[in-house]
Amino acid sequence: MTAILLLPPLAALLIGAGAASPASALFTRLSGVLTSAVLLAGGLALLAHRGPTPTLGGDLLRADPLSALMLAIVGAVGLTATWAGAAPRPGPDERRPATRAERRYAALVALFLGAMAIAVTTDNLGVLWVAVEATTIATAFLVGHRGGPRSLEAAWKYVVLGSVGIAIALLGTVLLYAASRSAGEATLSWTRLVSGELPLDHGLVRVAVGLAVLGFATKAGLAPMHSWLPDAHSQAPAPVSGLMSGVLLAVAFYAVLRIRSIADVVLGPGLVRGLLLAAGLGSLTVAAALILRQRDHKRMLAYSSIEHMGVLAIGAAVGGPVALAAVLLHLIGHGLAKASLFVVAGRMLAAEGTTTIAEVRGLLARRPDLAVPLVVGMTALLGFPPFALFFSEVAIVLAGWRAGLGWAMALTVALLLAVVAGLVRATAAMVLGPAHDDPPGDGGAATAAARAAGRPAEGHGSDRGPTTPLVLALGVTAVIGFVAFPVGPVLARAAAVLGLA
Amino acid sequence: MSTPGSAATQLIALAAGALLVTSVLLVWRRDLSAQVRLLTLQGVSLAVLAATIGLSGPGSARAELLLVALLVLLLRAWLLPWVLGRRLRAGVAAGDAAREDGARLNPTASLVLVALLTTVAYLVSRPISEGVAADGVGISGPAAFAVPVGVAMVLIGFLLLVGRSRAMSQLIGFLVLDNGIATVAFLTAAGVPFAVELGVSSDVLLVVLILAVLSRRIHAQVGSTALDSMTELKG
Repeated sequence: MTAILLLPPLAALLIGAGAASPASALFTRLSGVLTSAVLLAGGLALLAHRGPTPTLGGDLLRADPLSALMLAIVGAVGLTATWAGAAPRPGPDERRPATRAERRYAALVALFLGAMAIAVTTDNLGVLWVAVEATTIATAFLVGHRGGPRSLEAAWKYVVLGSVGIAIALLGTVLLYAASRSAGEATLSWTRLVSGELPLDHGLVRVAVGLAVLGFATKAGLAPMHSWLPDAHSQAPAPVSGLMSGVLLAVAFYAVLRIRSIADVVLGPGLVRGLLLAAGLGSLTVAAALILRQRDHKRMLAYSSIEHMGVLAIGAAVGGPVALAAVLLHLIGHGLAKASLFVVAGRMLAAEGTTTIAEVRGLLARRPDLAVPLVVGMTALLGFPPFALFFSEVAIVLAGWRAGLGWAMALTVALLLAVVAGLVRATAAMVLGPAHDDPPGDGGAATAAARAAGRPAEGHGSDRGPTTPLVLALGVTAVIGFVAFPVGPVLARAAAVLGLA
Repeated sequence: MSTPGSAATQLIALAAGALLVTSVLLVWRRDLSAQVRLLTLQGVSLAVLAATIGLSGPGSARAELLLVALLVLLLRAWLLPWVLGRRLRAGVAAGDAAREDGARLNPTASLVLVALLTTVAYLVSRPISEGVAADGVGISGPAAFAVPVGVAMVLIGFLLLVGRSRAMSQLIGFLVLDNGIATVAFLTAAGVPFAVELGVSSDVLLVVLILAVLSRRIHAQVGSTALDSMTELKG
């Protein structure tokens, strides 16, 4: 089993190197799909594994049920984003070697996926930190891939705020190490820190946990450290936005969950519960306020990610087996739905030449191939049944109610309703309406010209692409809430790793 | 392990003092190439700190910490300032400003703020110093008394990040923040394990390289590296 631990990062490195070489344009084009498939297969194999937890190199790599589940989620969402976002197959007459930009893009996506794989399968908090910071490095040029002042502004903000946030988490990690050293065993191993056997100094752990949660929450896009997220997610190419929104936030949140367990064991649930509840409600408020007056549909999706991170933070604050299992289900549902929606948003941008909501009209009549996945994905994202997010949100709210957080849950539900109103209004405005509608304004004229010329606006990729990954991803989101076996036990075992405090 | 008055303790105090002084001077100076030279000095002080803690510690960890000190010297006192200096010279040659001219605070106000932040650092470091110095099972932190210096550097790094508008100044602020974290790590836990230190160092190096490339592109595209002018993305 230990070989499977090594496989995802190694495969990502090799595929990334292969994608960077100009040998095969086809390999470069499919490298992201290949890497994601390896990650998904590795995650599923580790999930099916029974017996002692596989470890490698002391505390370097270790895959308990939670790590295995996270690896599978990274793989599945990565597959959705890279497969659906793959450039269309070139015709036989237009075969050409991959350009330098394409090769760099493919290699960085593979490295990005590899860094996330290491982050979720390590037991060492220091390695976890290094891997999360490596995701910032891999995605920096992906955010700025399109070039232009706006892209560069987004990339600069992303790298500076991301690195500073993560630096705070490093300070927290260092102090945890200092605490363990004072307790007699210098270690960064998560398993040792949550074992409860080390006499860790409470004051020191309190500071350390606070800083680490704050740092990783920045990377997870939780308010009030969220300001980089809408810029980065709206400026990156669509598949990268899907990956960043669908899984990078989830990986950062996974780090928060691990830190939370340490705090639970050493200090009890009070401190982190307060922090996460405040961050969660704050994120929901920010997201609701900005979604209601949002004019750009890619930014709207980015704010929806902040909203879902808020829901996850509230779920983690509630704690307990039900809420934690619901949090993990929410991660799956949100990742798949958001990756699909970002790919659709990318195709809409390519087809319409704009991300302004007001300039997109009558999509259902003109482009049903875009409108149908958009509506289905939005339904999933809004948490309507039968999609998984419905079950996870209801479970989190009910568990919170039972845990005596009634006022917070009432506020959560009210804010979620505001978000629903905003998203429904924007989606309806884009999807409904007659096919031929003269869009107002100068931007509309340019769009109409591009449309009349019969070709999509340049520089935004293709407006068509494979539908299968979208169907698969949204289909999984729709049924996973009902599949008691094997999903139920998998979630329960993964939640049990985090402790049932 | 380090009794007051011993050579090791004095050397640690000296290095910590140098770290704090260079940080304060970084806030005071506006000339960017002078800031890069100060950063070099700060890297050397950090390496001295690491080496002293390594030499005064138990023999088993000595070799590893000396290796870490060498890594710190190479990275923070040579490679990073070299990258920054190169970018700065190329930027100035292309018509970029050589001075931080868009600072939001005048020198006096920022020095007063630094004094305030240092006081705050001493206050908030108490649980850290006490937690490390608390003699649990016979192993105490090597130099817990100087921890507030590291925390002050982190806070000063934040001040530089929010108070300056040039891309290069923000980069320098980030490095001061990072040096502060490394200082806290050495003072409280004699540094993190070598594998982690290696990962952290390469991450910092890559972030600085990426930011240097981005600042070059921003200068090429926007014609200035004053980040105040970058306000297109809103809402």
